[in-house]
Amino acid sequence: MSTADLPASPISAAPVMRVGVLRWLRENLFNSWYNALLTLVAVYVLYSVIARFVSWGVIHAVWSGPATACQAAGAGACWAVIGEKYRFILFGRYDYEEQWRPCLMVLLFIGLVGVSSFRQLWGRVLGAAWAVGLIVMAVLMFGGVLGLPYVTTENWGGLPLTLILSVTACVCAFPVGVVLALGRRSHLPAIRSVCVAYIEFVRGVPLVTVLFMASIMFPLLLPPGMNFNKLLRVEIGLILFAAAYLAEIVRGGLQAVAKGQYEAADSLGLSYVQKTTLIVLPQALRIVIPALVNTFIGTFKDTTLVIIVGLFDLLSAAKTALQDPPWRGAYWEVYLFIALIYFGFCFFISKYSQNLEARLRRGVHR
Amino acid sequence: MVAEDPRVGGGRTPGRAAFWNDRDVRAVLYQVLLVLGIGAVAWYLIHNTLANLAARNIATGFGFLGRESGFPIGESLIAYTPANTYLRALLVGLLNTLKVASIGVVLATIWGTLLGVARLSSNWLIRQLASWYVEALRNTPLLLQLFLWYAILQGLPAVRQAFNPLPGIYLSQKGLVFPVIALEPVHAVMAALFVVGIGLSWWWAGRAKAHQNATGQIRPVLLPSLGLIVGLPVIAWLIAGAPFEPDVPVLRGFNFQGGAAISPEFTALLFGLVVYTASYIAEIVRAGIQAVPRGQSEAARALGLPAGRILRLIVLPQALRVIVPPMTSQYLNLTKNSTLAVAIGFPDILSTINTSINQTGQPIECIAIVMVVFLIVSLSISAFMNWYNARIRLIER
Repeated sequence: MSTADLPASPISAAPVMRVGVLRWLRENLFNSWYNALLTLVAVYVLYSVIARFVSWGVIHAVWSGPATACQAAGAGACWAVIGEKYRFILFGRYDYEEQWRPCLMVLLFIGLVGVSSFRQLWGRVLGAAWAVGLIVMAVLMFGGVLGLPYVTTENWGGLPLTLILSVTACVCAFPVGVVLALGRRSHLPAIRSVCVAYIEFVRGVPLVTVLFMASIMFPLLLPPGMNFNKLLRVEIGLILFAAAYLAEIVRGGLQAVAKGQYEAADSLGLSYVQKTTLIVLPQALRIVIPALVNTFIGTFKDTTLVIIVGLFDLLSAAKTALQDPPWRGAYWEVYLFIALIYFGFCFFISKYSQNLEARLRRGVHR
Repeated sequence: MVAEDPRVGGGRTPGRAAFWNDRDVRAVLYQVLLVLGIGAVAWYLIHNTLANLAARNIATGFGFLGRESGFPIGESLIAYTPANTYLRALLVGLLNTLKVASIGVVLATIWGTLLGVARLSSNWLIRQLASWYVEALRNTPLLLQLFLWYAILQGLPAVRQAFNPLPGIYLSQKGLVFPVIALEPVHAVMAALFVVGIGLSWWWAGRAKAHQNATGQIRPVLLPSLGLIVGLPVIAWLIAGAPFEPDVPVLRGFNFQGGAAISPEFTALLFGLVVYTASYIAEIVRAGIQAVPRGQSEAARALGLPAGRILRLIVLPQALRVIVPPMTSQYLNLTKNSTLAVAIGFPDILSTINTSINQTGQPIECIAIVMVVFLIVSLSISAFMNWYNARIRLIER
């Protein structure tokens, strides 16, 4: 608007379309004819979806009672299935009387993660808390001591299994990934080519084939008579898989560390191990924290694939719960329920990672 | 090695460290140790495997590939019966995998690009809807989504009560059935002319570019190309008397006759892969568009370029440099994720391998085959995308 358009005097109120809510609507929803059309279509679609969902999921929903109540005419969502099956979905075939143990384990884990998300608390005490917490979690899951009955890993299932598989995979894969990344940047041709071959091979094949290998082929690779259980075999498969992806991320971090840092460490006469652990890795890992967190989310989601080799994770338990004939039709309800659990974890972690990324970037002055 | 360094020389032969402290000797030593270690582990594992195979009387070798497979496959691009060999069964599976992956990559790119543009829309509501979509799909496991889509498709009515939204189109538990145009001899001619049209437009585009380089005049490319690619087949069709005979599906007994059908397994897998991968592609496209500074398109406008040329000559080349590398890994992910077909019963390569493992009891050979196949597919996709990336890379001085 040029100055010539301005009214001379007296000062009148701003036009009603240019202030407040109307201005916002005009600028953000109706700023051109096609945006106006898009807005109207979107509002209509959104309205019909929400209206249908409320009618199905709230107004006509069956909140409790037997399966027959859900089959009545006009019944909407059958949330009764969650009330009936939630313990099976969350804890799988874990001994029914002992299910407080995995429940406590999950709560302990969430609590520790929650505390760890405050960066000012990072330190020795938190490390010790994690060490103690992990031992307590293992005792809770296995039992066999302190008067707790022993529960075999074959009966583990549901959310605890999903958490154990994904967290163990990431924690154990991390050192392997760092070593692979360092190997890939090595000047020694044999070491470099072994690492490159491993990383490219694993990244080139789907996780399902690695899990197949872990569950079917591992027993053939070991000496006759020696064997270990399926949970451990699948866990090793997950670790080997995650390590290759972590290696590539760490390599990105290593490449991002300025060359002068390597040269300065060399000129100080530091050995390779000193240079790597004291100078290079602390900087490289800090750069790639957000990408590492994304890999963790990926691994968390990928653990659902263990259903294909017959482990009983959260998704598998939900699917099995749906095979009970009276509840067979309630797939929307059950899948939405566990989708919310997965979403809750992943969303929290990804938002935290974005937050951390922003704060780390603030710390770097260039 | 610096000869005068007192720390290194220390008392021994001047200029050389003790041989175990020599960098070059150590380098060789580490590598020899690593290779020996890997060799030893490999020998140990192979030894164990052979002992196990002998103890369990499991056959070895790829001889089973020539034997009769004996299992049926629901859908196939080539003729297949249970009397065919395992090799042919695996080929059927591989073609099904490639079918899902190739269609999926194209659809996910289109849908993801639309979403990415929607994430940057000036319309607040569209922006919000797109970001909810991306958050919801990225933060739940793909397998869970596939199970849900498949359950929904299985919840459709039986064949006899199939939905019939439009004449000739039926939606039921057996999937989607729709009419197609019956094949005519002229269709082969049309396909040939289509290819000829593409070749001619390529030639014309080259001529036009040479002309522009020589004289500075711009010759039209888009319309003549469209005319060649679409026009030639249409003319052939009209000369043949414009044959048009739809093949409409009809319900006979418990199944449909005629038309074409898409199975619920294929639909669920394709839909799941596309909507999931698109949520990742959307973020890549958004980042790519945001990476081009606004000044670039403003400068182009100041030079008087029309909007289409700004997009094609200024914005896209810069955005694609950011977009292509992460896009490659999404295409690879989609291809690898298509193995989740095994969980919903679509006969892809992994499903057929799974059946073969159960029937032949030869897991090592079967898993080796599927891994090699995926390595070849992955390496081909990344080779192609690297070639494309090199083509569009910024050529700096």
